[in-house]
Amino acid sequence: MMNQTSEQESIAMNIGPDHLIIFENVSKFYGEILGVNRVSLSIAPGITSLVGPNGSGKTTLMNLMTGLIQPTRGRISILGISPGDPQTLFRRLGYCGQFDSFPKGMTGYEFVNSFLGVHGYTRKEAEERTWKAIERVDLIEAANRKVAGYSKGMRQRIRLAQSIAHEPEVMVLDEPLNGLDPMARSETMRLFRQLAKEGLHLIISSHILHEVDMMSDRVVLINNGYILAEGGVQGVRDEMGEHPMQIMIRCDRPQEFAAKVFASDNVVEAQLHEDKLGLFIKTRNAEAFYLLLNRVVVESGMNIEMVTPVDDDLNAVYHYLIGSNGGGQA
Amino acid sequence: MSTMIEAGAVNRAENRSDWALWLRQIRAIMRIEISKNFWGRRAFLIYLLAAVPVFLMFLLSIVHTDGGKDITRNWAASQEVFGYIYEYLILQTIVFFGCAWIFMNLFRGEMVDKSLHYYFLCPLRREVLVAGKYLSGLVASATLFTLSTIGSLFFLYYARGYPANVNFLFDGPGIWQVFDYIGITILGCLGYGAVFLFIGLFFRNPIIPALLVYGWEWINFLLPPVLKKISIVHYLHTLAPVPMSEGPLATVVAATSPLISVPSLILFTAAVIAFASIRIRRMEIQYGGE
Repeated sequence: MMNQTSEQESIAMNIGPDHLIIFENVSKFYGEILGVNRVSLSIAPGITSLVGPNGSGKTTLMNLMTGLIQPTRGRISILGISPGDPQTLFRRLGYCGQFDSFPKGMTGYEFVNSFLGVHGYTRKEAEERTWKAIERVDLIEAANRKVAGYSKGMRQRIRLAQSIAHEPEVMVLDEPLNGLDPMARSETMRLFRQLAKEGLHLIISSHILHEVDMMSDRVVLINNGYILAEGGVQGVRDEMGEHPMQIMIRCDRPQEFAAKVFASDNVVEAQLHEDKLGLFIKTRNAEAFYLLLNRVVVESGMNIEMVTPVDDDLNAVYHYLIGSNGGGQA
Repeated sequence: MSTMIEAGAVNRAENRSDWALWLRQIRAIMRIEISKNFWGRRAFLIYLLAAVPVFLMFLLSIVHTDGGKDITRNWAASQEVFGYIYEYLILQTIVFFGCAWIFMNLFRGEMVDKSLHYYFLCPLRREVLVAGKYLSGLVASATLFTLSTIGSLFFLYYARGYPANVNFLFDGPGIWQVFDYIGITILGCLGYGAVFLFIGLFFRNPIIPALLVYGWEWINFLLPPVLKKISIVHYLHTLAPVPMSEGPLATVVAATSPLISVPSLILFTAAVIAFASIRIRRMEIQYGGE
């Protein structure tokens, strides 16, 4: 697995275990079927996205974190609390799961309020917190309508309200952007960023890679129950030495440029852009290539319009590590 | 020394606050569950079931032209007939299946609806969840089936007329018989409730174990004395205000005193609930197979 050990060690050194989400060699098997295997992670505050195809083990990891399922092996600690201690854990953790189901016959307000009652809040406290949470997800007007009559996006938002109503320090959100319209998506992402800025842990799984890329402080790539990579998107990409990085260059003499740089050991491929005004370079050592680029420009007096890496985003990382692109969706 | 006293005081205060929290949580669970039990879409069947004996007694006392006169003329026999109706129809069928429906749905219904995880994601001891759910089922079943029992008794007495009933109820044993029937109904809900809550928690298809329990309760009169005591109906039978024969094939067993049967049933219930509470700690949410 890439990047994992050094990242974990540095996180653990800087932040104590009471502020981290820790998986120690965790495995989960459903009978003979593998859920996740030998997962070791240390997750610091901020937004951490779990990325992987369907059935890769993202929801299993989230369910393990929240004690809905128990690990076959290993140990999990959420801010120093075991998931086996729900009475303490769920004062500090909120989970917005993927199940699009609700207790029958409740309005949005009743749904949030009833479970705050189960948390042990008095009626007055529960009422205040309910309205605050519903306001945060912008559902005030629909609060007294039955949840059964809500649209998918509204149901998603009321579940989000229910999971943040007790103001947890850790939020686990399984596909929280599913079903939301673009406006609500951007509002919800803004809310997540705001919560992360307030020092919360947000563990998010999402299929929408460019949104994950935009909002995440770090990603955990998972496939077939194994963690493939963990860390900042850029950091993960930098660690992928065996995968050449692709850089696009727009310049006035792309053919000449290609001929000059192709002689370098660092360049493994040079391909002209179809408009003949640029080229794609694949290199195993981006820093060395940028030095070479400077030298070529100085020596030949070439006019360079733009130099940009084209595959250092999550989509490319995902494509390299998991082998499926899917047009921006995992 | 003073530190130890202070630590003891803190522990006691924490224990008190824990209990206060658990009670608040149980009340909140009961508010959700009782409303579901009475007004949810699954409630309709229970109302129908509870209405069956009342309707039957209504028919016996009103529709049949001589029904009222029969009851008046043969009051002792009528009470015995009601005793059989109570034991075999109300207790062993209506209360049994009513409790099966209510208590098995407390957990199994939520698994089918995929909504149990909302409880599991609250800062709630799972034992408290079991207690809250059980009590809400008990309130719903005891209320419905007590009303059903009272409704059935009402039509038994109604046919007999006003003065005779006043004498029987307030100068005779009548009012105690009413309390006995109500008490047996509540004890039935208590015992069957615990059994069906357990079955609903741990059996993916609870119908088969429920039918096995039903069969066991019905053949109870045939069982040897030791096995006979491993049932709920045996203890409830001994509490009946009007003694009834179990038939010529029944195994003869010395009647258990109410001083033993009532605590036995309560202890049995507590044991089943405690066992369910221990088992639910390891329960996982996997809706896929529901």
